[in-house]
Amino acid sequence: MSLLEVRNLTTAFQTGRGEINAIEDVSFSVEPGEILGIVGESGSGKSVTALTIMGLLPRPPARVAQGSVWFDGQELTGLAETRMERIRGKGISMVFQEPMTSLNPVLSIGEQVMETVRAHERVGPAEQRRRAIEMLDRVGIPSAAKRMGDFPHQLSGGQRQRVMLAIGLACRPRLLIADEPTTALDVTIQAQVLDLMMDLRDELGMAIIIITHNMGVIAETADRVLVMYAGRIVEQAPVQTVFDAPAHPYTRGLLGCVPTLEQDTRRLLAIPGSLPEPGLRPEGCRFAPRCELAIEACRAGLPPLESLAAGHDVACIRA
Amino acid sequence: MKTAETRRHPAWETLGRLLRHRMFAMGLCLFGIIVVAGVLAPVITSVDPTKLAMRFKFRPPSADFVFGTDNFGRSLWSRVIWGAQLSMMIGASVVLLNAVFGTLIGAVAGYFPRLDNVLMRLNDALMAFPAILLAIGITSVLGPSTVNVILALSIVYIPRTARIVRASVIVLREMEYVQAAVAAGAGHWRILRRHIMPNAMGPLIVQLSFLFAYAVLSEATLSFLGLGAVPPTPTWGNIMAEGRQYMTDSFWIITIPGVALMVTVLGLNLLGDGLRDVLDPRLRIQQ
Repeated sequence: MSLLEVRNLTTAFQTGRGEINAIEDVSFSVEPGEILGIVGESGSGKSVTALTIMGLLPRPPARVAQGSVWFDGQELTGLAETRMERIRGKGISMVFQEPMTSLNPVLSIGEQVMETVRAHERVGPAEQRRRAIEMLDRVGIPSAAKRMGDFPHQLSGGQRQRVMLAIGLACRPRLLIADEPTTALDVTIQAQVLDLMMDLRDELGMAIIIITHNMGVIAETADRVLVMYAGRIVEQAPVQTVFDAPAHPYTRGLLGCVPTLEQDTRRLLAIPGSLPEPGLRPEGCRFAPRCELAIEACRAGLPPLESLAAGHDVACIRA
Repeated sequence: MKTAETRRHPAWETLGRLLRHRMFAMGLCLFGIIVVAGVLAPVITSVDPTKLAMRFKFRPPSADFVFGTDNFGRSLWSRVIWGAQLSMMIGASVVLLNAVFGTLIGAVAGYFPRLDNVLMRLNDALMAFPAILLAIGITSVLGPSTVNVILALSIVYIPRTARIVRASVIVLREMEYVQAAVAAGAGHWRILRRHIMPNAMGPLIVQLSFLFAYAVLSEATLSFLGLGAVPPTPTWGNIMAEGRQYMTDSFWIITIPGVALMVTVLGLNLLGDGLRDVLDPRLRIQQ
């Protein structure tokens, strides 16, 4: 059985223009120990997917209109808030994009790691402290015991992201959701943090969902990739397949945006046009207006997500 | 390497900045004088403030009577110092009650949108009355006494404190680190207590320092009007009320408690301004 199973998930937001689906019919699963990458442009529904799984969207205006999320054999959608609190941080943890604003400025970093332990386990202060030091040490904060009393403003961006990881991992969750974990960091620090996450995956045996718009991050870390566009999954495949034989024109477009050393192109390829507004999505395939391969049939109906090969699904009639 | 200087607890850094703030230091001195006088009242006064001595009445300030005497020959030094103690006790009680209940109401209203409407409409209803009129109304109903003054002033000011706390909480509720705490499995109360309230302390402390001044001033007003502590208990307000009729001949009776009141309020306002300068996050970013 999969660790996480998302089935036909549709999350809708109540807006002034009526109810709008931020994500639609999203289905995927995550196996224990696997790293799943979710890619897509800003607004494609990556973060909404993650926040729906965590039950972190404010209700109202958001609601799960359809489908379900199963974690470790338990249905999370519709679970009471107090039961959900026990899963957050202990079963599933989440690390956010902005290490600058995701740490509480008035609490020491040690205190913040201990808070998570405290929220989930009845252990004494000495044990909390020991666990916090162990975690800070594990994520690579040098002389962790001495740094326990440091405040976030005394740390660099990379160190703060490490502290965020320590908080997320303090109770050894089985699944870590990292929403753009490296976007705010500079490139050398990015690589360090990604390496760290993979080491921790190996060591703790947890699964990771990495959400990013950076294909480079995906190539480096993910085992399997989910490509999202305008709220729907357009392609799902093992990482090698995505880079070697991308089937969806959008995936190919995303890859065209990555600079490489071999190519001698003056300009990077860009996908023309922009993501449609959630309320103004076109009929039929949502990518059709920006797609070079679009034909009449593309505009007729939503292409279903169909299996192209084992483990490779694509939602494109031209694939 | 980080030096010991930069590794100090932020609270110490804030305190250091406060003490270097000239206005704050001056306010602290002025207010400190009154607090110390009030606390040491039994030590620094030798005469019972309610003891009548008609043969000494209307003595101007002199070596025998530092602040002079009033129309019953009571020592104004004793009366003003004991009045300071009462003012400080009332001010501190009102601040304490506001710190507890204002914070609680404001935090709950700001954090739980469902309770916000109910609590804030009640708040608005109380705030619709001018503060001093409401205080006069409440003390007239409850009767004049020290405890009733504290109660009345708390009822008047708690909605104002709650508003300020609520405003901070609404902003802080949306901060990313609060969402991060939710994602780490913290419950509502843990989030309020550990993640939101410590960040809301700045504006609250500033408000409470000004509130102390308002409370002392309002208490003086109420007892001036005969609605405060019952005579012969000395309060600045009732000393001034009695001294009012003799203002032309024995000006010191009304002037000395008036100056004491002014020093207190000025001190607290300077203190509050200093706190606001140092604790205001917008100013902190610039530093």
